[in-house]
Amino acid sequence: MFGMTWAEWLPLLFLGVMGLALLVYVVLDGYDLGVGLLLPAASDAEKDTMIASIGPFWDANETWLVLGVGVLLVAFPMAHSIVLQALYLPVAVMLIGLILRGVAFDFRVKAPPRYQPFWNRAFFAGSLLAASAQGWMLGHYVTGFESGVLGHAFALGVALTLPAAYCLLGAGWLIMKCERDLQRRAVGWARRFLWPMALGLAAISVATPLVSPTVVAKWFTLPNFFALLPVPLVSALALLTVRWVSTHPALIEAGHGWLVFAATVLIFVLAFFGLAYSIFPNIVIGRMTLWEAAIGTASLNIVFVGVALTLPVIIAYTCYMYRVFWGKARALTYG
Amino acid sequence: MSPDVLLLSRLQFAANISFHILFPTITIALGWYLLYFRLRHVQTRAATWEQTCYFWTKVFALSFALGVVSGIVMSFQFGTNWPGFMQRAGDIAGPLLGYEVLTAFFLEASFLGIMLFGRERVPPAMHLAATFFVAAGTTLSAFWILSLNSWMQTPAGYEVVDGRLLPVDWFAIVFNPSFPYRFAHVLLASFLTASFLILGLSAWQVLKRVDTIGTHHALRAALAVVAVAAPLQVFVGDMHGLNTLEHQPAKIAAIEGIWERQRGAPLTLFGLPDEATGSTRYALEIPRLASLILTHDLDGELAGIADFPGAHPPVAPVFFAFRVMVGVGGLMLLVAALGAWQAWRQRGNARLALPQSFLWLLAGMSFSGWLATLAGWYVTEIGRQPFIVYGQLRIAEVVTTLPARYVGSTLAAYVVVYGLLLITYVGVLKYMAEHPAQRPTGAATGAEFGKAGV
Repeated sequence: MFGMTWAEWLPLLFLGVMGLALLVYVVLDGYDLGVGLLLPAASDAEKDTMIASIGPFWDANETWLVLGVGVLLVAFPMAHSIVLQALYLPVAVMLIGLILRGVAFDFRVKAPPRYQPFWNRAFFAGSLLAASAQGWMLGHYVTGFESGVLGHAFALGVALTLPAAYCLLGAGWLIMKCERDLQRRAVGWARRFLWPMALGLAAISVATPLVSPTVVAKWFTLPNFFALLPVPLVSALALLTVRWVSTHPALIEAGHGWLVFAATVLIFVLAFFGLAYSIFPNIVIGRMTLWEAAIGTASLNIVFVGVALTLPVIIAYTCYMYRVFWGKARALTYG
Repeated sequence: MSPDVLLLSRLQFAANISFHILFPTITIALGWYLLYFRLRHVQTRAATWEQTCYFWTKVFALSFALGVVSGIVMSFQFGTNWPGFMQRAGDIAGPLLGYEVLTAFFLEASFLGIMLFGRERVPPAMHLAATFFVAAGTTLSAFWILSLNSWMQTPAGYEVVDGRLLPVDWFAIVFNPSFPYRFAHVLLASFLTASFLILGLSAWQVLKRVDTIGTHHALRAALAVVAVAAPLQVFVGDMHGLNTLEHQPAKIAAIEGIWERQRGAPLTLFGLPDEATGSTRYALEIPRLASLILTHDLDGELAGIADFPGAHPPVAPVFFAFRVMVGVGGLMLLVAALGAWQAWRQRGNARLALPQSFLWLLAGMSFSGWLATLAGWYVTEIGRQPFIVYGQLRIAEVVTTLPARYVGSTLAAYVVVYGLLLITYVGVLKYMAEHPAQRPTGAATGAEFGKAGV
């Protein structure tokens, strides 16, 4: 690996940027979408607080998706067209979901009040469409776009698990950003969505080797098996942490509520690592490696300069933005 | 590839990009308006400027949200609808799109939250800076996307290797021949669109007697802008046309409805172009004027459609769209002159007293910028056909291989959603104009929580 030329390194670096962007997207928009999914369970006043807690962030959060897909488009155009044509219909469903959710932020408070219930439902429906479609796409992608019954069953399993995981992430976010009754309800939601998510993750982990022989070779050979053992073990530990914190109100009162969110993020990171490890160095499973999919070195160099200069700045002002809106959610008022 | 898929893909892309462009075309200029309103507020400390800021920030937030969600669709459709485009021109299109995301999208999206909701959480200078970053981000985004669009119209700085278009000179690519004209033309279009929206909604508020001094601040600002932007646009539009004549003569032939190469070509004011017979029926012409406008010579020679066999755009849509654009632009120029004259005569008054009929005219023209912008885009984009990269890559070569039913069904879904959103957007703007709320002071609590401001 260390004998690689710059021309071979470049696609790898872009894969890293794309992976980072998609992971950041899934975590950040994950809590947004999770809050949207939890909306029907809340009263009208609580809905306003919940949406106020994500209002300043959602747009920037979604931009990570544009970056992830953008890198796929810009650096790996061959893979972009294969993947997005294979996922054409679920992509359309996700986009319509994101459209509904995005506009509902504004329409639910700017349209005449009698339409508010409609836009609240659109907010939920959009979040659900986007989350399920993302799960379906992930599942379909992992099987190498397998169109048999088993492939579809697997995709369906992920399509059910990801929304549950987003709900847990959303509940964790609300525990940090809300107080009193709503915080207590969020703790209850975290308890409720923990098990469906854990069950789904376990099922996916068992099923992945069944649908993909390359995964078997990568995980279930020695010494890989032992080297990778921390991944499921730490995930289990993180799940137990969520369980422990969400069943001990005293811990929440003492200000340790953030652990629910942090542990859920850890699960996402580990699942992401597991997935990336299983797929690498393919970019379209069984069909195309990242080097085959990349554009010319000259063009990658041009974009790389841009990424190297701007990504640290983007990360810096993203952190700044989160710091500005740190702490419990307050009513949103335009400046 | 069946012709159905090509047509459906084009319709789908056209539907998405037409819907998308409506919102950036407002927010690019409205961002700079907000910066100006905010600066005036900081300067004067007047509650009246606060009213202006508050109302137009709400309009900005709503328009921006619609632009964001429809923009995300665009980022996917390059690959889903035109996979061949990215495979063959991706080495050039990719970096330009990449720079748009890296330099513009994150900037505007991250500082939007601070601009909208952060005034009480950051120092005043930072809040102004955030407003500046949002405005600069939207403009920078237009810079990159128009650079790519212009490169597709007037490609430069590339070489063709094995059918792929590879970059040779990035400066020549970014600043390709039509880019400076197109960028200026589109920015002015954005200022006219946002200004007429401001004029229209403000006039509506005056008519409904819900106007405040803040409404009149906005009216005066927008009248000042259109007084400059409308005549400037005529000038820039003319230069853009001359540039098109030099690089894309087939587009000009379609715009003017010139069928055969001729000297002293007449200007066709109106008519019905008929491609089957290669003539314009019921043509109302002014002799020699087209030659005079385009070549600055009464006997100047202009190429006709017949000079570009198999490589010219469909004539009728380009011909009609151009006349819609110019017609709306002419009306804007007239209204700008009348309005600016009124505003100048009453320059000492806090409230601007405009005749009832003129207020109705302004209200009626609230969305005239959309009409002119869309018509202009149709001229330039349909005018590029049958190419996706002018002279190099035909659109039929790069279209998706997906079944027509996929493209058709998602097209139907997008059209339904966009139709619903468009009706709602216009309805909500009207409702907001008729129910202007005051910015709540202090921290809202209890039942007001979250409802108060947003």
